[in-house]
Amino acid sequence: MDPFLLEALVNGVLLGGVFALPVLGLNLVFGVVDVIWLCYAELVMVGMYAVWFLYTQAGWPLPLAFAACLPFVAALGVLLHVLVVRPLLRAPPINQVLATGGVLFVLQGVATLVFSTDFRSLGVEMPPMEVGEVFVSGTKLAAFLAALAGAAALWAFLKFTYVGTAIRAIARDREVMPLMGVDPRRIYLITSAVGGTLAGFAACLLVVQLDVHPFVGLSFGPITFMICVMGGLGNMLGGFLAAFLMGLIVSVGGFWWNTEMSYVVAFVFFIAVMFLRPQGLFAR
Amino acid sequence: MSAAVAAARSAAPAAATLELSGIRAGYGDFQALFGVDLRVAPGEAVGVVGPNGAGKTTLLRVISGLLRPTAGTLRYGGHDLTAVAPHELPALGIAHVPENRRLFPHLTVEENLRVGAYARTARAHFAERRDRVFSLFPRLAERRHQLAGTLSGGEQQMCAIGRALMSGPRLLLLDEPSAGLAPIVVQQVFALVRRIREEGLTVLIVEQNVAQVLRVVDRAYVLETGRIAAAGSSAALAADPAIRRSYLGMH
Repeated sequence: MDPFLLEALVNGVLLGGVFALPVLGLNLVFGVVDVIWLCYAELVMVGMYAVWFLYTQAGWPLPLAFAACLPFVAALGVLLHVLVVRPLLRAPPINQVLATGGVLFVLQGVATLVFSTDFRSLGVEMPPMEVGEVFVSGTKLAAFLAALAGAAALWAFLKFTYVGTAIRAIARDREVMPLMGVDPRRIYLITSAVGGTLAGFAACLLVVQLDVHPFVGLSFGPITFMICVMGGLGNMLGGFLAAFLMGLIVSVGGFWWNTEMSYVVAFVFFIAVMFLRPQGLFAR
Repeated sequence: MSAAVAAARSAAPAAATLELSGIRAGYGDFQALFGVDLRVAPGEAVGVVGPNGAGKTTLLRVISGLLRPTAGTLRYGGHDLTAVAPHELPALGIAHVPENRRLFPHLTVEENLRVGAYARTARAHFAERRDRVFSLFPRLAERRHQLAGTLSGGEQQMCAIGRALMSGPRLLLLDEPSAGLAPIVVQQVFALVRRIREEGLTVLIVEQNVAQVLRVVDRAYVLETGRIAAAGSSAALAADPAIRRSYLGMH
């Protein structure tokens, strides 16, 4: 096989791993709370700034900055739920989308005020690794492995803990949950914290690959939503698989044509999927 | 968490008397219950029978706090249940098997049981109670890793009762456990209810299948259009000509 095509395929899988985390977070919150966090990519952006600030300005070691980013964005997720989502739980969906969409612009605006529109870079890069005939970016490979570990940890949490099992149960039947001794309000809070943690995790993986600026969310936010819808909104496994499919389309499209064209191909593929399987590729 | 619930959690919940008096409730403009008085003492098995739409399910929903009464008092031992959040009832020793079972079809049998043991007071007893549920319902043990949605109707009812037992209740509320089941399976379900109450559980069971339920309970109330129309021991109700005509299909 053409080594450059092989490289594109490998990069597609690595990219898919990074898409997977925000997709899982967004799907989790939507499946449980039934509200779409339109500002999800901007939570990731704030997390990226947090890592950048702690590492380059405050002089923290990078692992410590990463470790602080997770609870920080988790707390933002809880705040978002308490201040914006919870008061609108019974409101029409359009109001919920407009409200979280408003938070998107607020976060972009605050980031611009505080950090200006300059592109900020961590300036860390791991050396590329040669695997067989293919050169792989060490940073991307590390981010991919971390994303897989994060997804596995999420799966274990949902599969093996009381709270995780209740989270999966409530996505299907809200009203019956109090009879099980489950307080739905608490489950929504925990889910929002987990959704925020996943955004923080994604921020750690993206900040080593992308420069941070207030509008960086636009470079992965729209595709994150597309992947969620493609996999079937609220369907965790479908979203996970669709993330890799989208990663491959973008990466191989970029190899055959160029990066801009690859996103065009990805959107065309998305539109085709919406015509053929509006319920999502992996809906049962 | 209320102080009452906190106190109840310090020890295993004690059996207590459930007492409803003058309960009125409804949905919006529609009133379903018009002043219901009802009492269930520890160790009793009590039935509420009546036609479809009489308010039987509403009555259980009021007891477990899913619907708040508009008037009347609702007490369980020393607790005013109208002041307790519904999710705190398992800690007080009350479990509710809802109408249509309401299992989580996409979770396995064992995961359904785990959700039933969610209350903090119940988690420590998970393995022991699961094994007890499996000994009561051996079919569930065979199917523990199967998705609950793939069980037969009778197995789903067993799983729903098992899930309620996971919280270690002293009072079990059962809503139409025989609904939608084949006659032979109905027999099995009622045999299980009898076994559960022989183990000392207090049972309040709502049923349309009057003939069957009167064989299991000590006493029953007849609920008609939101009011208690008659009450008495199972034997007395089964012998009552009006009941026999309306509910037992006898003339």
